[in-house]
Amino acid sequence: MEQLETHEHDVIVIGAGGAGLRAAIEASALGCSVGLVCKSLLGKAHTVMAEGGIAAALAHVDPQDGWQTHFKDTMKGGSFLNHWRMAQLHAQEAPDRVRELEQWGALFDRTPDGRILQRAFGGHTWKRLAHVGDRTGLEMIRTLQDRGVHQGLDVHMECTVTRLFTDGGRIAGALAYRRDSGRFVLFRCKAVVIATGGVGKAYHVTSNSWEYTGDGQALAYQAGAELIDMEFLQFHPTGMVWPPGVMGILVTEGVRGEGGILRNSLGERFMWKYLPEARRHEYAADEDEARRWVDAAVEGLQTDARRPPELSTRDNVARAIYTEVREGRGTPHGGAYLDISYMPADRVVRKLPSMYHQFMELADVDITKQPMEVGPTTHYIMGGVRVEPDTGAATVPGLFAAGEASAGMHGANRLGGNSLSDLVVFGRRAGAGAARYATDVLGAPRVPDAEVQAEIRDLLAPFERGSGESPYDVHGALQECMGKYVGIFRDQEDLEIAVRKLAELRERASRVRVTGSRVFNPGWHLARDLRNLLVVSEAIACSALLRKESRGAHSRLDFPNPDAALGKVNMCVTRGPDGMKVAPTPLPEMPAELKALFDAPQPAAEPTLVTGDKA
Amino acid sequence: MSDARPAGHGAAREATLRVYRGDAARGVEVEYRVPIETGMVVLDAILWIQAHAAADLAVRWNCKAAKCGSCSAEVNGKPALMCKSRLDRFPAGAPIVVRPMKTFPVIKDLVTDVSWNYEVNRRIPPFQPKKDADWRWQQSDVDRVQEFRKCIECFLCQDVCHVLRTHELKHQFAGPRFLVRIAGLEMHPMDGADRTGFLKDQAGIGLCNITKCCTEVCPESITITDNAIIPLKERVVDRFYDPVLGLWRAITGKS
Repeated sequence: MEQLETHEHDVIVIGAGGAGLRAAIEASALGCSVGLVCKSLLGKAHTVMAEGGIAAALAHVDPQDGWQTHFKDTMKGGSFLNHWRMAQLHAQEAPDRVRELEQWGALFDRTPDGRILQRAFGGHTWKRLAHVGDRTGLEMIRTLQDRGVHQGLDVHMECTVTRLFTDGGRIAGALAYRRDSGRFVLFRCKAVVIATGGVGKAYHVTSNSWEYTGDGQALAYQAGAELIDMEFLQFHPTGMVWPPGVMGILVTEGVRGEGGILRNSLGERFMWKYLPEARRHEYAADEDEARRWVDAAVEGLQTDARRPPELSTRDNVARAIYTEVREGRGTPHGGAYLDISYMPADRVVRKLPSMYHQFMELADVDITKQPMEVGPTTHYIMGGVRVEPDTGAATVPGLFAAGEASAGMHGANRLGGNSLSDLVVFGRRAGAGAARYATDVLGAPRVPDAEVQAEIRDLLAPFERGSGESPYDVHGALQECMGKYVGIFRDQEDLEIAVRKLAELRERASRVRVTGSRVFNPGWHLARDLRNLLVVSEAIACSALLRKESRGAHSRLDFPNPDAALGKVNMCVTRGPDGMKVAPTPLPEMPAELKALFDAPQPAAEPTLVTGDKA
Repeated sequence: MSDARPAGHGAAREATLRVYRGDAARGVEVEYRVPIETGMVVLDAILWIQAHAAADLAVRWNCKAAKCGSCSAEVNGKPALMCKSRLDRFPAGAPIVVRPMKTFPVIKDLVTDVSWNYEVNRRIPPFQPKKDADWRWQQSDVDRVQEFRKCIECFLCQDVCHVLRTHELKHQFAGPRFLVRIAGLEMHPMDGADRTGFLKDQAGIGLCNITKCCTEVCPESITITDNAIIPLKERVVDRFYDPVLGLWRAITGKS
């Protein structure tokens, strides 16, 4: 048996995107020794790909904005399934977190009077997104990375955590392997912060990288924590659809924020058709009004014109494009046209430089002259580890979570721009929560050696099989299953097929074989990631089966309307002795003073299914 | 070497890739034939090989959209991001040779040990706000700094820089990536730290002789030499080598 490399820390943070970095910075600032463990090189996490901006009610461009409006937008966008306290903390604290980034060196685009500029985004009443062209995530991760590095974090790059250990029900440590050498590492710690991001690699068409395999959700689940809202998976309306190699790659919502227009193959501007009646009054009545809004937005001026219909919420726009394509009005490569070419070319290149280059170099499309072709792509999971809003504490003592891996903030659908702010608001809170817990906990928890050895044997098993499938084949089958049966539109029959197929896939995954050495072996890495993907896929399918209604990003063809009773529960996933258990748990009730912010009586949720067609 | 052409793809258009397989001690170029789809990039071909022919082929990648800077390699001898290298830009029929970056030690196949870069970054004096910072500035004040902050840390400029690649002076020279980073800090309107001494003594800026190879390979089109390195060189010269200023400092005792 090889000698185990062992590290001791007060707090281990898993994941080095915005949430993980912010959590690690906070825990370290509070005096804890912090280990930051990430699967890729530092600075390559998914945050780097966030384009449009970070939502915060700074009220620099639209002075009417305030945290109350941001809170209301977030709750409405989430079809009121959000944890009210998270939506409140987020709206109240996001402006301070943006100013903090600036004070740590981030350089946001400016207003004419020299303050942080803000742009419009879907579902946000006012222009609210602080941004740096279309590379806001890069600016944010570089700022946090440099802050963290100079604060003395111990960073373990290209290191994958495979198991959390508990001692008497409390977090005690984690086992990981180094990707470059294949050697195992044991972390002994008092607290763990999960900040591993999402699950997109369960699907073939996704904006997510190889890293997004549901690791944090699965680690927490295995350790006994509760997952909630796993049925709510966001399909971003605008991914690239052509050429094949780039299918799914994100086209920022910033294109629509800058005036991008969606049309079908008949040239119809179809989004008006899909606006929910309850919110139609918030959008421009015709092309003229939409254009007046865009012209004012471009100049940073106030206007009485209402926003273009393309700035409806993401769930709604994704279903609209999907439906247009299904009904035969799609583009040659199966999407919709997104057109910004009517704007001055120099402005397009200046405000959307990454998009300009992405289309020019990968698709031979000049977006200053031609429309883009776009379609829905798996992008973000609203569900994840259930956390206590103020501290990020999961239901296992010593376990914390933040960012996409956690749940509650976004409810049934996330508004664009609310993710980057989520990362820093709740990354900071989870880091502080973990630090306080680690400081208060008495005695060093013990990692059970037998469990460590069992995990190592389990990890090495695929090398020892004389025969077996390639993990890539099983992964491909999983992606096909999820795309086909647990996609944008769902029904009972499909979901039941998915649950059956996932059981078969778990069986297949337990028999995969890998060859070669342990040194940087992607086949071996995938064999492990598959296990996590299967846990989250099962959680998504089972939760979707139980939620017999349509709400936010979850659209059931057999239950096309929201159900008021289901609007009061979260689907909660736990690990039972005989496998996964899913059951509704009550949604925390919003206090009266926050309810009063919604002046007129609000429907619990909007009818979401505009059309009933499906593949 | 092994021919990984799968059954059933014989009729499709194919590309031939010769991919470096091995570690720091030894390696060989292995030939793979890969079916081509429209718009395919080198990284697609590498991932196809991984999924169909060599599951243990080591490669770094994340975003596949030239935003993360992970998939750096040398394609037909030219440092490039594999996710931006379209197969149809290479001569049809000729093999495409894919090798790891030469300036960094190979770990396995296309993956190199780039940890030295992170050590350099850690030594750079961090952003330090001016005491009287009012946090207001004009967009035109930061256009140039924002250019430096576009860097995705692909390290292709480090790979191509002859001070690092040919002369192996990693212990004396920070490399273009980190001169760009220092430029981003030095020209930040609110930064109050002074990195001129660091540039001269530890970043070794004098070793750059402005061949502009770094600028040519930058996938973000950052004008590294002209906009970042030359202005920093000027600062160092003004501080340490200007005879008039030197005399003035000697007389007044001011820096």
